Amino acid sequence: MKAAVIVFPGSNCDRDVAVALEQASGQKPAMVWHRESDFEPVDLIVLPGGFAYGDYLRVGAMAAHSPVVREVKRRAERGVPTLGICNGFQVLTETGLLPGALMCNASLKFVCTDVNCRVETGQSLFTSAFSSGEVLRWPVAHHDGNYFASADTLDRLEAEGRIAFRYCEPDGDLTETANPNGSARNIAGVFNETKSILGLMPHPERLADPVLGGTDGARFFAALVEALA
Amino acid sequence: MTAAVKSKEISEALIAEHGLTREEYQRLLKALGRAPNLTELGIFSVMWSEHCSYKSSKRWLKLLPTEAPWVIQGPGENAGVIDIGDGLAAVFKIESHNHPSFIEPYQGAATGVGGILRDVFTMGARPIANLNALRFGSPDHPKTRHLVAGVVAGIGGYGNCVGIPTVGGEVNFHPAYNGNILVNAMTVGVARADRIFYARAAGVGNPVIYVGAKTGRDGIHGATMASAEFNAEAEEKRPTVQVGDPFTEKLLLEACLELMATDAIVAIQDMGAAGLTSSSVEMAGKGGMGIELDLDRVPMRESGMTPYELMLSESQERMLMVLKPEGRERARAIFEKWELDYAEIGRLTDTGRLLLRARGDVVADIPLAPLVNEAPLYDRPRSTPPAPRPLDPASLPPLKDPKAALLKLLGSPALCSRRWIWEQYDHTVGADTVQRPGGDAAVVRVHGTRKALAMTTDCTPRYCLADPRSGGAQAVAEAWRNLVAVGSRPLAITNNLNFGNPERPQIMGQLAGAIEGMAEAARALDFPVVSGNVSLYNETEGRAILPTPVIGGVGLLEDAERSVTLALKAPGNILLLVGETQGHLGQSLYLRELHEAEDGAPPPVDLAAERRNGEFVLAQMKAGRILACHDLSDGGLLVALAEMAMAGGLGVELDGLRAPPAGLAGLLFGEDQGRYVVEISAVEAEKLVEEATARGVSLLRIGQVGGTALTLPGGTLISVSEMRSVHEAALPRLMGEG
Repeated sequence: MKAAVIVFPGSNCDRDVAVALEQASGQKPAMVWHRESDFEPVDLIVLPGGFAYGDYLRVGAMAAHSPVVREVKRRAERGVPTLGICNGFQVLTETGLLPGALMCNASLKFVCTDVNCRVETGQSLFTSAFSSGEVLRWPVAHHDGNYFASADTLDRLEAEGRIAFRYCEPDGDLTETANPNGSARNIAGVFNETKSILGLMPHPERLADPVLGGTDGARFFAALVEALA
Repeated sequence: MTAAVKSKEISEALIAEHGLTREEYQRLLKALGRAPNLTELGIFSVMWSEHCSYKSSKRWLKLLPTEAPWVIQGPGENAGVIDIGDGLAAVFKIESHNHPSFIEPYQGAATGVGGILRDVFTMGARPIANLNALRFGSPDHPKTRHLVAGVVAGIGGYGNCVGIPTVGGEVNFHPAYNGNILVNAMTVGVARADRIFYARAAGVGNPVIYVGAKTGRDGIHGATMASAEFNAEAEEKRPTVQVGDPFTEKLLLEACLELMATDAIVAIQDMGAAGLTSSSVEMAGKGGMGIELDLDRVPMRESGMTPYELMLSESQERMLMVLKPEGRERARAIFEKWELDYAEIGRLTDTGRLLLRARGDVVADIPLAPLVNEAPLYDRPRSTPPAPRPLDPASLPPLKDPKAALLKLLGSPALCSRRWIWEQYDHTVGADTVQRPGGDAAVVRVHGTRKALAMTTDCTPRYCLADPRSGGAQAVAEAWRNLVAVGSRPLAITNNLNFGNPERPQIMGQLAGAIEGMAEAARALDFPVVSGNVSLYNETEGRAILPTPVIGGVGLLEDAERSVTLALKAPGNILLLVGETQGHLGQSLYLRELHEAEDGAPPPVDLAAERRNGEFVLAQMKAGRILACHDLSDGGLLVALAEMAMAGGLGVELDGLRAPPAGLAGLLFGEDQGRYVVEISAVEAEKLVEEATARGVSLLRIGQVGGTALTLPGGTLISVSEMRSVHEAALPRLMGEG
């Protein structure tokens, strides 16, 4: 499985996700600089976390108009599996590849903590190794992770099985206290219509090693690599 | 030569405004051989400021031990460097940004983080972690909430964006900081031991390159501000606070490390306090060279900036470097890739002078030696405070309700959970954080290896006020103990000496005493000082802060998987207390929170026992016998046990405690030093006792892990969930969110 990790000036989780991908696939991903308007064919494109271009405008807004993202968009629309984590998720909503928007956290503060995420569907490339209802523990670390979409859009996403993960209690209960940022309907990650694109706020790459206190992230990448093999 | 410099009338008022005394100005005249112009006066004033010259503290700093076989670079460079084996080095330093953070908490704290990050990556190291030691005023002071919120958001806003995890630190509240908070930021980085970069310039004719943010009018005279007392007009100094841009810092970090992987750089220095002045003067001065700068070439944010403003600006995210001539092209390509402003602004000479040109004129011409080496040094008069009398435990009413006392302490500003703070810091970016905030020390893996670094910051200012010497020693001992408690071998420290006005003998006595105590402890524990920062004049309206000599300690774990946390692990395991308990309540939190008194002598620091006990704990960890470990400090034994119980979600049954003559309060809440609580499996108990006896270490079985409550002798139950709710609710409530 060959992956590409897109690197913007201000990306800061590019190395972390590259490590997790290499650990899962045995292959170093290509690191693609933001000015590249073309890159080698890959099986997976990853938009990593960080603060692309400083995010001094609306988060993800500037990155959505960079040369490399035009190419990412072209390929993603043709069905190349694409994963956006944290800032990468924000970029994906800004490009319109994913519906909705990520607003400032309801607390108005940055939040770094571990969250529990309930798998909402096992029927996707990204989640096929999990059963629906299974709970995974991953860290979040963001200031703008408050998922917002109109009620109609949210209803449609639910009807089409396009909610990937929701914030939950360890036993899978959806509660307000389990929601770290005020996201609508506790949404932590969503798919596009064909489920070839996933955006999620949590960072699976940060709990992909037992010495760091958890391996649910390693399970996520291992399953993804297997699905793409 | 000097004729080229146009002088301007320098009035006494102007000299005073620059923080120079009459004697210092006479010294300047002698050094220069003529009257200075305004630019030259400004340059001398910042280089001879307390902040840059250490003129009041240098005599005392010499007492600190700075050497050990593992020290690669001690104090005097941008950061200290120690060998961590396998060709790698840890690079670290702590630095204050106190006054700016009081005036403008978000930007003051943010740029404090930016400055210390640059100090570390200037040396060629990739930063792997940040910590911060914070002191705020009384929780009910009208400004405290605003300052806490701003400082925490600023630290997070900067470090989170650059992508360096903020993994630890400490927070105290005390009315002595009402008008002068402390924000001390520490960065730890890792470099190849054979690729450390220094500020020592060499090579006549080599180009001097400026890279990073453009220079603006912000922060002019920050170093001088950091060297004067505060007053009611301090907030009018807001324009002297710089504004941070963490995005540019991230680009600068990556660009510098990329260029450092080539052999283009001869010397490099970040533009921190006193900006272009200190970076150019220190590089040329350390190399025994001269330097010429053409100020018209400096990238400027606004037009019409004068040489004085350009030389004194403290605009952030800027670097100055001396390159090999053939390195120019390589550097250009890298800076263009990262879209950073850069310019060749001068060259090295052999004149031993700093020569500045602007618009065709020579605007300053100063011999470097006096600027760097002949700053005034003072042996300021000092008075030693009378030794405090030990607290007589009989003077306190007997402890009747240990449960209420424990809950009060767990919910006090001094001991409550800091979650509200560290959840605003990204502490997991980098995917190497092995032990997160909330333990005795943070543990961060050295990327791509099995090794990890443990790190902590410590100081107990109330001890330092009561007895500076003992308090200074205690800060070092506690840092050492915290590093031991997570399973690391303590290697070295950086220190941040925050004190009041050194021109007052009482303050000078505190500074001298604290340094003597630190030196004694550092020597006894083989724990040398490799870098540091002195922040004096922390006073407002003549009221000084508590003496606060913060210690940042770094330790090494050969195997990250062997790190030990404080969380209790399993029911049935045995809990042992390492170290002797006399029940010292002088200056304890129990005394302050339950009896509203700050009296008596702080607990004595027995450095031989400290070392003996710590080495015993480390040896048992190495043998794999210790499952959980926690050092005993603020709040004493019962608070430590509560913290272990809350972290592990398990209860404790105490059955082996016997009150010392000092009584139950001293047993449960005394702050005797050199102690740990360890959890072991029951089968190891005999072996541990045998080893402790052989080493002369006091070891007492105090109870076992089990249940869902802390059970005191006599049967009082305090449930873990009750402790947690009190412990967690306090800080959000203090911040108005509870």
